[in-house]
Amino acid sequence: MISKKLNQWVVAAMLSGWASIASAVGDMPGGPRVNQLNLTEGVTAVARNQYWIHDVLLWVCAIIFVLVFGVMFYSIWAHRKSRGHKPADFHESTAVEIAWTIIPLIIVIGLGVLATGQVVAQKDTSNADVTIKAVGYQWKWGYEYINGEGEGISFLSTLTTPREQIEDKNYGGAGKAKRDANPTYLVEVDNALVVPVNKKVRIVTTANDVIHAWMVPAFGVKSDAIPGFVRDTWFRAEKVGTYRGQCAELCGKAHAFMPIVVEVKSEADYAKWVEGKKKEMAAAMDDPNKEWQLAELQSRGEKVYAANCVACHQATGKGVPGAFPALEGSKIVLGPQDGQIDILLKGKPGSAMASFKHLSDVELAAVTTFTRNAWGNKAEDNITQPKEFAAARGK
Amino acid sequence: MSAVLDHHDGHDDHAHDHPHGWRRWLYATNHKDIGTMYLWFSFTMLIVGGLNALLLRTELFQPGLQIVNPEFFNQLTTMHGLIMVFGAIMPAFVGFANWQVPLMIGCSDMAFARMNNLSFWLLPVAATLLVVSYLVPGGATAAGWTLYAPLSVQMGPGMDLAIFAVHIMGASSIMGSINIVVTILNMRAPGMTLFKMPLFVWTWLITAYLLIAVMPVLAGAITMVLTDRHFGTSFFNAAGGGDPVMYQHIFWFFGHPEVYIMILPAFGIVSEIIPAFARKKLFGYSSMVYATASIAILSFIVWAHHMYTTGMPVTGQLFFMYATMLIAVPTGVKIFNWLATMWRGSMTFETPMLFAIGFIFVFTMGGLTGIVLSVAPLDIQLHDTYYVVAHFHYVLVAGSLFGLFAGTYFWLPKWTGHMYDEKLGQWHFWLSLITFNITFFPMHFLGLAGMPRRYADYPMQFADFNALVTVGAFGFGLSQLVFLWVIIKCIKGGEKAADKPWEGAEGLEWTIPSPAPFHTFETPPTVK
Repeated sequence: MISKKLNQWVVAAMLSGWASIASAVGDMPGGPRVNQLNLTEGVTAVARNQYWIHDVLLWVCAIIFVLVFGVMFYSIWAHRKSRGHKPADFHESTAVEIAWTIIPLIIVIGLGVLATGQVVAQKDTSNADVTIKAVGYQWKWGYEYINGEGEGISFLSTLTTPREQIEDKNYGGAGKAKRDANPTYLVEVDNALVVPVNKKVRIVTTANDVIHAWMVPAFGVKSDAIPGFVRDTWFRAEKVGTYRGQCAELCGKAHAFMPIVVEVKSEADYAKWVEGKKKEMAAAMDDPNKEWQLAELQSRGEKVYAANCVACHQATGKGVPGAFPALEGSKIVLGPQDGQIDILLKGKPGSAMASFKHLSDVELAAVTTFTRNAWGNKAEDNITQPKEFAAARGK
Repeated sequence: MSAVLDHHDGHDDHAHDHPHGWRRWLYATNHKDIGTMYLWFSFTMLIVGGLNALLLRTELFQPGLQIVNPEFFNQLTTMHGLIMVFGAIMPAFVGFANWQVPLMIGCSDMAFARMNNLSFWLLPVAATLLVVSYLVPGGATAAGWTLYAPLSVQMGPGMDLAIFAVHIMGASSIMGSINIVVTILNMRAPGMTLFKMPLFVWTWLITAYLLIAVMPVLAGAITMVLTDRHFGTSFFNAAGGGDPVMYQHIFWFFGHPEVYIMILPAFGIVSEIIPAFARKKLFGYSSMVYATASIAILSFIVWAHHMYTTGMPVTGQLFFMYATMLIAVPTGVKIFNWLATMWRGSMTFETPMLFAIGFIFVFTMGGLTGIVLSVAPLDIQLHDTYYVVAHFHYVLVAGSLFGLFAGTYFWLPKWTGHMYDEKLGQWHFWLSLITFNITFFPMHFLGLAGMPRRYADYPMQFADFNALVTVGAFGFGLSQLVFLWVIIKCIKGGEKAADKPWEGAEGLEWTIPSPAPFHTFETPPTVK
């Protein structure tokens, strides 16, 4: 383990007196430390094992490095023409060549043996206490508790760092001061994944559109989320706290903006959270048969739009020419409702428009209604009820 | 007397005349002219790919988005990769093969001179498609140089242009490789048996076979992406019965041998240079050949080590981990052989030697991080982080590119007939070595701390190292202008180069005049 002092010393040497921008914010709680040099020690047995295997490898590599380059630099110093060294004329030695084939082979076999047990342990996702499905969307994560305490809970988890802090370009640097003081910049979400401490949690990953990857370094976990397939990984966090990671597989424009935050709670706190979350979900449940008013749908739809659509189609509804079509004046939005319902439920194959069938009927109806009345749009058919989506899903 | 000579020369000129002006290049069938065009083309692409890199590094200088949008950032990373791999590194090595293989095996030209012309002239077409794709609606493809489906299926028309460009470059590579294989196997000077061939020729022979084996695989993968995009097929779409991970398997079955395609010829160049400047024969010639062949064969059975996080079964992870580790053995043999060649030699340190030693030093560091990455449980932490970015730049920039620089300085006197400016060459080496390490060494730390690659923006804790990396990148980019300066200066003039400008150099290319005449070895030499 690299001591803090050594770390500071190495970093100071590398930056050679340069003012540190990073040290102004301090370490990220549950995330990377300022100018961290090594793997995180982590809070699971898996992460700790990775840490020491890496240490062993580092030592092996360091020894090889010193031996090989010791020989090379000695030779460069001693066997140079300017020192009058005359060339020898050997160019073969079967014994030496066998030796330097066999010795690396033995080292490599040693490393293989060292790692094998760990490969098996990391893949053993059996006997989980809690199973949670993590679904990658462009660009957020959705969590569904599918087994164990909390079964039935589901929610979306979206980045909460304000755009002012990110887009200096568009906000003239207005959020720069706040960013420079934000230790969780880009790695903070509205709804963190909550799990119990000391319980085996199995994460089943999949995706809605393209491949994403669910990564939390403190748990030693990274698993691709592949559309149409499920993969799984697991962790058993040993310390209560908040742990952070980010999406690790290129998934489009907001790849850097779909973080992962996991809150590890004590068993009692977890039970409390489950109870609270279930009540909250029940309260938020919409009455499926309710006939909605235009204004209600519009205001609800504006929120849905801001959370799901704005990244591509933009707040102005004008999209990004060439990349993402405008909704303002769009034939689909102004035309018969069926077209818009169809594209929302099924997406548009071969384009960035994914299916949004994971949203509820009310949310979809609301956002449809919103777009049909927003900006300059005045669709003839300007109100869509949730039951129309319910009917379309049945088809 | 002079009239007789004139007549004789005139006759020769008539029989072997070649077009002048632009026709000389457009209709070129001479291996030296084509080699020169390959080298200038790849240098141009190096600059274009480098500008992409500098622009994206500028964005990453500070946290927050200051200059580019994330979607444009992704285009930059993608095009940087595609241009450097297919436009800079690969054509540069083909340029070396064109110039050097006939000179080193003592034949008059490449076997298929007109196909040689075609395989070069396809490249500017492909490069134009790639660069122009920035201008189409939606911009260039932003799916990463690996073009993973289904992200690549989502892209705009820029993706189609990239697919066509890669197809054309693949066709060019295949033709170039066939030419090289046929030339080496059929046109060696009398007496030059396979095991008397210079190592550079050996490494290219093996590389050419790798290219012929894997370029069609890549072509298949991207064609399937194309039909998924436009013709309703579902090769990589689960909803239609396809599998996105299948794309990765096919891609990396091409992609891993591709890594060795880009490094084996550099091994060959270094194996020519080290003995020349150590004034001592290459140690373990035949084990070098066998090691190169083993690396090439092993490269076909390790592809899925790029995919440890895709959820392979335990047995799959173990197989690919063991196979990958095995590659360390033949690679180690090569490094030990180079050291043994240097050992008790009589070394001098002109620029080619400096770059060759620099190559061994930094390439070995890339090899060591490769061993770390081969360990599957560790790769779970490091996959798709900056650690991987550091690793492959250590082997691709400090490996392939430094090898190319070494070879350029080594053979430049033969190509131009002038000695290059040694002082400037050494400046180029030291500036490149230092700025290279400032750029890529801190990336190891970023990766270990968990910073994912292909990120347009990052948490504050990564800010210092990113700033340092950007400064290093600009230094490295600017250092290459020194290289350009050296080359232009050397073409324009300089001390006249001897036929054999390096005391310890051996091989047929040093038996002909400098600069190499337009036609060489019309009567094959005899090798004892």
